[in-house]
Amino acid sequence: MSAPRTIIDKVWDDHVVRSGDASDLLYIDLHLVHEVTSPQAFDGIEHQGRAVRRPDLTLAVEDHNVPTDSLLIRDAMSKAQVQQLRANCERHGIEHLAHGDGRQGVVHVVAPELGLVQPGMTVVCGDSHTSTHGALGALAFGVGTSDVEHVLATQTLSLARPRTMAVEFTGALPPDVSPKDLVMALIAQIGANGAHGHVLEYRGPVIRQISMEGRMSICNMTVEAGARAGLVAPDEITEDYLAGRPAAPTGAQWDDAVAAWRELRTDEGARFDRTVVVDTSELTPFVTWGTNPGQAAPLGDGVVPDPDSFSEPGEQAAARRALAYMGLEPGTRMRDIPIDTVFLGSCTNGRIEDLRAAAAVLDGRKVAPGVRMIVVPGSMQVRAQAEREGLDEVFTAAGAQWRLAGCSMCLGMNNDRLGGPARVASTSNRNYERRQGDHARTHLVSPSTAAATAVAGHLASPRDLIGGDR
Amino acid sequence: MTPPPLTVHTGRAVVLARDDVDTDQITPAQFCKRLTKHGYEDALFAGWRGQPGFPLDQPHLRDASVLVAGNNFGTGSSREHAVWALRDWGFVAVIAISFGDIFRRNALKNGLLAISLPEADVAALSKAAETDPDLPVTVDLEECEVRAGELRRRFDVDSHARYLLLNGLDDIALTEQQDEDISRYERGRKPWLPSLRPGCLSGRGAS
Repeated sequence: MSAPRTIIDKVWDDHVVRSGDASDLLYIDLHLVHEVTSPQAFDGIEHQGRAVRRPDLTLAVEDHNVPTDSLLIRDAMSKAQVQQLRANCERHGIEHLAHGDGRQGVVHVVAPELGLVQPGMTVVCGDSHTSTHGALGALAFGVGTSDVEHVLATQTLSLARPRTMAVEFTGALPPDVSPKDLVMALIAQIGANGAHGHVLEYRGPVIRQISMEGRMSICNMTVEAGARAGLVAPDEITEDYLAGRPAAPTGAQWDDAVAAWRELRTDEGARFDRTVVVDTSELTPFVTWGTNPGQAAPLGDGVVPDPDSFSEPGEQAAARRALAYMGLEPGTRMRDIPIDTVFLGSCTNGRIEDLRAAAAVLDGRKVAPGVRMIVVPGSMQVRAQAEREGLDEVFTAAGAQWRLAGCSMCLGMNNDRLGGPARVASTSNRNYERRQGDHARTHLVSPSTAAATAVAGHLASPRDLIGGDR
Repeated sequence: MTPPPLTVHTGRAVVLARDDVDTDQITPAQFCKRLTKHGYEDALFAGWRGQPGFPLDQPHLRDASVLVAGNNFGTGSSREHAVWALRDWGFVAVIAISFGDIFRRNALKNGLLAISLPEADVAALSKAAETDPDLPVTVDLEECEVRAGELRRRFDVDSHARYLLLNGLDDIALTEQQDEDISRYERGRKPWLPSLRPGCLSGRGAS
């Protein structure tokens, strides 16, 4: 009998084309491409007279810099980048979902909903949040443009085997704690570089109760803990999610696939390089106070920390710089921080369940005076589903803007970038300085916290609203 | 594009004593709308340049080619534009306590050495470079060693990346030599794996 292996090692071993001394040549099952990190890669292969090896394993989506208020791309550079992607895809025979296509959206929302990501696959994209796809039991990670070029040309990457880390969520899951809160609590516990060099497997009873959308939120933010990838072993939730999706197998192939997926789990007795346990029983919604995702506190009784309270001088300096940028005083209760802008969307929280959670809070309520809220569905299919459920009417009746799909204010690359001073409650994944605007201060929150915050005008959970969490 | 061979480099160092410097700071998103791979020196730390005391603004260190940083340098977005900006500014190496995984890989692909040293060594190097801005700092990829004044430290580097850099080799061309292995692997792939051949996304399924 062979030695027990983790699911991470199993997926890795299944994709080794050739083993080297320090690294393996790994086959890539799906390559996702977008307009921002690919033009130089296409230039590179063309300059060398190379072809795209597997256009049939490549999907391009326009998402990073397209407008969400119009199908007209007014910014000249964004337009040039989008046109370049279209030309590159046309020339190399790559399937491409354009701004305006009913299946377009954030690439990490689109690929799973088309059934293109399945358990046991390797997935890469020139985007760090490719980790999202780990939710389906895939080994999925972000790469730079040089690696995009390498995958276009060879469908492989030469990589050193990663270390493995088990993250076990245990305990009861309080009803007002969302998957976003879980992963923010994890990052706050281990730090923004706490999982450096590792691939994570999320394990334990709590993850099994979480929907595929929720698992995607968790795997999405794995990269904010410094890991390159994180995954969840497939189960019935995974199978139910995939069944009937356009690119999912059918007939006898479905049965064969399911049989293989059911073998895809960490063997009893397999060793991880590290194990981290997060007890979820006492958690409340989490919000960030600083300028990296590890600088977070519980919304329940949390306060802006005193930089001197950190043990490491580096952390103290980082906290001091963060508070100066954020304009916050130590000791301020998180729930007393006023907010003027709310962004609901992104590859972290732009899926149908996220919109449902926010709409449940906003139903019959109004966005507070002086607060601007935009709702950007993760994909045009999510948008259509939300409209079938009447969620768009809830958002617009509350005073929020209902947008087209895209990355939008998450990274502030399109015209949703904030111009003036703003304090944002954002369901996205990064609260870096100037990410959402040159004078924008970002607090990362879950969808229901975003909605309650929009109503209250300050950081708030649904429980804090008059009438409470209905 | 293959960077020229890199063996030993000596230059002056500038110290950016901050942890968790993310790639959004190194190259803000608005500079990532370009279609080119060169000419990003104007993007480097665009939001921080001009702020009082920002180390890279010191005129006498404009020609520094070694950046000394803190923990988790290059965390966040996978944008290779961050590496291009550091390279185009004139940096040949970044020495830090730790790096974002994707950044480090991107750096080595572009001939920018990303070298991790223990915290005490980074602190000693920082102090030495700040005390004497003309201190020559040497990064030696052949010996895998950093040398500066009294300091002499070995570093670890991905052996595949080191081999490519020392010899100025094209990574893709090397992989193309494994074409038979890749083709053999492809023949053994599971038949149900998704493919984007025409019709796949319109719901006809992979059959």
